[in-house]
Amino acid sequence: MTLTRASATPATLLRPLAAAAHWLTSPLVPEDYLGLIDPLWATGELCGRVEAVHTETSDAATLVIRPGRGWIAHRPGQWVRIGVDIDGRRHWRAFSLSSAPGRPDGRVTVTVKAVRGGLVSDYLVRSTAPGAVLRLGPPEGAFVLPEPPPPRLLFVTAGSGITPVMPMVEGLRLDGVNGPDVVLVHSAPAHGEVIFGGRLRSLAARCPRLRLHERHTRSDGRLRPADLARLCPDWTERSVWACGPPAMLDDIAAYWTGPADGLHVERFHPVPTAQGSGGRVRFTRSGREAEADGGTPLLAVGESAGVLMPSGCRMGICYGCVARLRSGQVRDVRTGRVHGDAGEMIQTCVSVAAGPVEIEL
Amino acid sequence: MPATFHLDPVDAEDFGRELDKIREGVLASLGERDAAYIRGLIAVQRKLELTGRALLFASWLPPAWAAGTAALTIAKILENMEIGHNVLHGQWDWMLDPKIHSTTWEWDTASPADQWKHSHNFVHHTWTNVLGKDRDIGYSALRICPEQRWHPIYLAQPFYNALLALFFEYGIAIYDLELERIPSGRKDPKEALAQLRAVAAKIRNQIVKDYVAFPLLAGPAFLPVLLGNLTANMARNVWAHTIIFCGHFPEGAEVFTEDWLENETRGEWYVRQLLGSCNIDGGRLFHIMSGNLSHQIEHHLFPDLPSNRYAEIAPRVRALCERFGLPYASGSLVRQAGSVWKRVLRMALPGPGRPSAAEPPASALKAAA
Repeated sequence: MTLTRASATPATLLRPLAAAAHWLTSPLVPEDYLGLIDPLWATGELCGRVEAVHTETSDAATLVIRPGRGWIAHRPGQWVRIGVDIDGRRHWRAFSLSSAPGRPDGRVTVTVKAVRGGLVSDYLVRSTAPGAVLRLGPPEGAFVLPEPPPPRLLFVTAGSGITPVMPMVEGLRLDGVNGPDVVLVHSAPAHGEVIFGGRLRSLAARCPRLRLHERHTRSDGRLRPADLARLCPDWTERSVWACGPPAMLDDIAAYWTGPADGLHVERFHPVPTAQGSGGRVRFTRSGREAEADGGTPLLAVGESAGVLMPSGCRMGICYGCVARLRSGQVRDVRTGRVHGDAGEMIQTCVSVAAGPVEIEL
Repeated sequence: MPATFHLDPVDAEDFGRELDKIREGVLASLGERDAAYIRGLIAVQRKLELTGRALLFASWLPPAWAAGTAALTIAKILENMEIGHNVLHGQWDWMLDPKIHSTTWEWDTASPADQWKHSHNFVHHTWTNVLGKDRDIGYSALRICPEQRWHPIYLAQPFYNALLALFFEYGIAIYDLELERIPSGRKDPKEALAQLRAVAAKIRNQIVKDYVAFPLLAGPAFLPVLLGNLTANMARNVWAHTIIFCGHFPEGAEVFTEDWLENETRGEWYVRQLLGSCNIDGGRLFHIMSGNLSHQIEHHLFPDLPSNRYAEIAPRVRALCERFGLPYASGSLVRQAGSVWKRVLRMALPGPGRPSAAEPPASALKAAA
């Protein structure tokens, strides 16, 4: 009760003030002017300022970001959408948050691996300097540990799949005698290309309850489910969190014999399993049209046609990109399923045109 | 003899293809420099407005009043012309910045953005200078070409055009409502009422902000602040009226009849946009202050290309016109504005005016070409 009252007082004071300020800034909003002084002060559009960039490997870097007002604390394992302007155009991609929540300095980190041909990841790793202002979405994702954590855990990661897992492992109390029993199997091409290599090894050296198996695929080959059974014989009795390339995750899922709710998998990209036939896409509100092939999501088709597309995770999870289908059918790139009735809300980020399509945007 | 007379359909198509090439070249080269331009301009405009309003708090000092009013006037002009008009054309949609996008932008003028986009982007830019289709010919209030039938009310048009200049934003807002279409049933009165409410809300917001809230905040400077804001709004209105009237109404801007539209090709659409538009010569600052509508020709050929690119493509457009023997109407502000007013005065009186039987409208000759 006391708490409620204490937090309500400034709000009740601020609300009429904000309303009054509105009259003075119409047709803009007060924060359009606040943003002139510091973009981090605006709440309508969440921003973050890059304060440091740490090189992790030859193609990965950790960005230390100070989020602006309105940032909600994340949970270990969650990801955030980052909007970055490249050549004047805004691009959004999702990246795992690699820092533990609630850092005393209020900053968060994302660790980005430059993907071959990846416009945004490459830009963030190689061309982003301290001082850069990025757009941020809210923390998202259900790839998080329950509270309290299960007593026995297995993390299976490969490459940049370690980024969401690092803060999860660091958030566990592994130094005491009562903490959970943790196995971490991590694959990377070579010793020097292990993202967070130093942090992982010193953590394992410090914590008796953490067993780290580091695999270097260039010399040892790719991790197979059989290796997993050898490295961690009780793996199907553990609560498993896996993040890495789709092939590895598919392997694990296929070999998993434990309870269905015991395996948690985080995929970075939707996997196109079928190619639609494509077609002409008409955006009825903006009056724009574009030719779409059977592999490009309608979200990207619309954006390259200059339509302001609502967007979110770009992975088919958040439903931030849904739009009304007026006519035609679409193919879901994840399942290959062709669907679509007039008036149906479709996720443009995982839908490709299966023939001519009209979308209310 | 207007140049259109000897431009055959094949030439018109060639002309169109050349313009398409210019357009594609600009689209392909859009990037960081352009984004920095519009963001920088928006920041300058907002800082100018803050400076102007801050200075007006000391407006019992005459120099502060003059400087504050001037800063606010410039801010309002930039907001309307180089920023608002062009953002609402979708010129900056390619940046995918929801804050600078034609679907989200709202501006400090009496016309709600969505209504204005319909009457301006769609009706005016599609049917430019076609009598009976483009409502911008005389804004339903003025007779500006001899093809419009004379009525005694036009005798007063020099007077009410001056009045329109002072209250231009309200004139445009009322004009956008298309009230004259209600009696014939071409417009639903319910729709008009809903639009009227939106206009009223915008006018109310501007009145509260400029004539109540800021003057009250200034306390003892209530009256000078109110007068400063009134001056800024009116000066912005007169400036916008002047620039916009110079775009289509000076001598030389051609008017078309509806038969021109029959089977109009893309090349002919370009030709019509060119012949119906007039430029104003000036320096970089002048172009920015006019929202680059001083490049009305380039704007009408490419309404969705970012305005900061018009100046660099203008010489290429002009060279193309020379190659195809098409006129490229351009003149100083004094000349173009003088020409507009001459036309307003002349057309107030009955009679065919300058373009006489010796010079029939272009549309009549398109078929002959």
